[in-house]
Amino acid sequence: MAKTILPYVISGISVGGQYALIAIGYTMVYGILRLINFAHGDVFMVAGLMMVYMAASMPLYIAIPLMIILTVFLGFMIERVAYRPLRTAPRMSVMISAIGVSYLIQNLALYITGGLNKNYPAIPWISDRVTVFGMETSRVTIITPFLTIVLVVLLVLLINHTKIGMAMRAVSLNFETSQLMGIRINNVISATFIIGTFLAAVGSMLFFTNYPGVVPTSGAMPGLKAFVAAVFGGIGSIPGAVIGAFIIGIAESLIKGLDTILIVHGTITEQIGFATFSDAFTFVLLIIVLVFKPTGLFGEKTTDKV
Amino acid sequence: MLEVKDLHVSYGGIRALRGVNLEVPDGRIVTLIGANGAGKSTLLRTISGLVKAESGSITYDGKELLGMPINKILELGIAQVPEGRRVFTNLSVLENLKIGAYLRKDKAGIQKDIEWVYELFPRLQERSWQMAGTLSGGEQQMLAVGRALMSRPKLMMMDEPSLGLAPLVVKGIFEIIREINRQGVTVLLIEQNANMALKTADLAYVLETGEITLHGTGAELLTNEAVKRAYLGE
Repeated sequence: MAKTILPYVISGISVGGQYALIAIGYTMVYGILRLINFAHGDVFMVAGLMMVYMAASMPLYIAIPLMIILTVFLGFMIERVAYRPLRTAPRMSVMISAIGVSYLIQNLALYITGGLNKNYPAIPWISDRVTVFGMETSRVTIITPFLTIVLVVLLVLLINHTKIGMAMRAVSLNFETSQLMGIRINNVISATFIIGTFLAAVGSMLFFTNYPGVVPTSGAMPGLKAFVAAVFGGIGSIPGAVIGAFIIGIAESLIKGLDTILIVHGTITEQIGFATFSDAFTFVLLIIVLVFKPTGLFGEKTTDKV
Repeated sequence: MLEVKDLHVSYGGIRALRGVNLEVPDGRIVTLIGANGAGKSTLLRTISGLVKAESGSITYDGKELLGMPINKILELGIAQVPEGRRVFTNLSVLENLKIGAYLRKDKAGIQKDIEWVYELFPRLQERSWQMAGTLSGGEQQMLAVGRALMSRPKLMMMDEPSLGLAPLVVKGIFEIIREINRQGVTVLLIEQNANMALKTADLAYVLETGEITLHGTGAELLTNEAVKRAYLGE
């Protein structure tokens, strides 16, 4: 029984790690700008596409860092061009701008790729097949959760123990008072986008290695799920987003394997097709969270004391 | 010296300041009193660069402040203690002080000033590691003042430091204002608590619907009949 479940748990942890790397970008931007950056999932997709094109024309040791740098630049530019001019506009305007950017990126990708599936390059070592607990998988599945946790720990250290991290926490609470301290909030916001897109770029490498290829809508589903993870964990909270992402990843993977698990257990004798519902589960979870605990697991309590 | 000349500011479609003239000589405590909505906060926020002016000038030691970015104004030595304290509730007391010194690079000097602030406010040292959100109103006001001091200001502007505090705490705050001034910091103080403010200040201005209607020494305004009627409730 455990042997049947374990592979699903392992692959769930891996997917969860990938969602976590995307979810951090959502939750950090929300924490500072109170904006759901709808373009974030598409930036993730662009990171995948860039890797496809660049890997075809240059060695990987150049392509990977270059892909990360260009993705970070894209994230930085989106904020500069689409969000910064709207800094004093109502929040709804910024959100509409974010949706606009999302569609713009998707359609540009459609134009460039012609909508065809682009095969993701095999990255040596991490794409290699390995056998763990009698389950054959690529090495990336095993590496992902560890890499995710290392990156999250580094990020938390950055936020809690550096000057820029302190500025980020201050800006997330109050723009105006932060300015009175001499903090240039635009720089802090840019830093937030840079960190968020960096993590998404790393996440895209881990994610697409396990998938056949990249299409212009490839960012939508992982983006949405990472968003649900961020809401589930309590949007604005980094540990919340990470835990939410792991829970969703594992739950999804278990649902995908539910048929097999139940057959082995003897509860059912033939496939029922639970796997179809794995996506639905995530969104049902979103609805449940929004109805019963809108602030999520670790959501910020409003303790405004005047 | 801070000099405000013929300053006009519109704010949310309202002409909040209509030709304000005001001087804050170095080393003094200057207070600006006035009713709610007279434009007191707008004046402070324009000096610190948060609000854009329409016309007029604000100079500090001869340098024009209008159009200067907020961080440059702070670098010139003008710090603001905002209305309602606005401490960073999600940061520890110590971090709040450190963020007050955000633009400074001299680590040793910052450490020395943290000790200086702790000397002024021993309560803050006791609560050094506590989140600022857990402090009482009076302690938060001390922290807001300490945070502003951490930028080593030459001029400290305070927006209603007595707001919402118990009378005994207010007394303590005013004592601290005097102490800070004795240590060489010029103070521009906005207050609704006219009685305390006028007793503390060397010079005083009365702001009414965007215009300065009276000015003089604190003692003069305390005995002024119009001030007594309007602001001292006598």
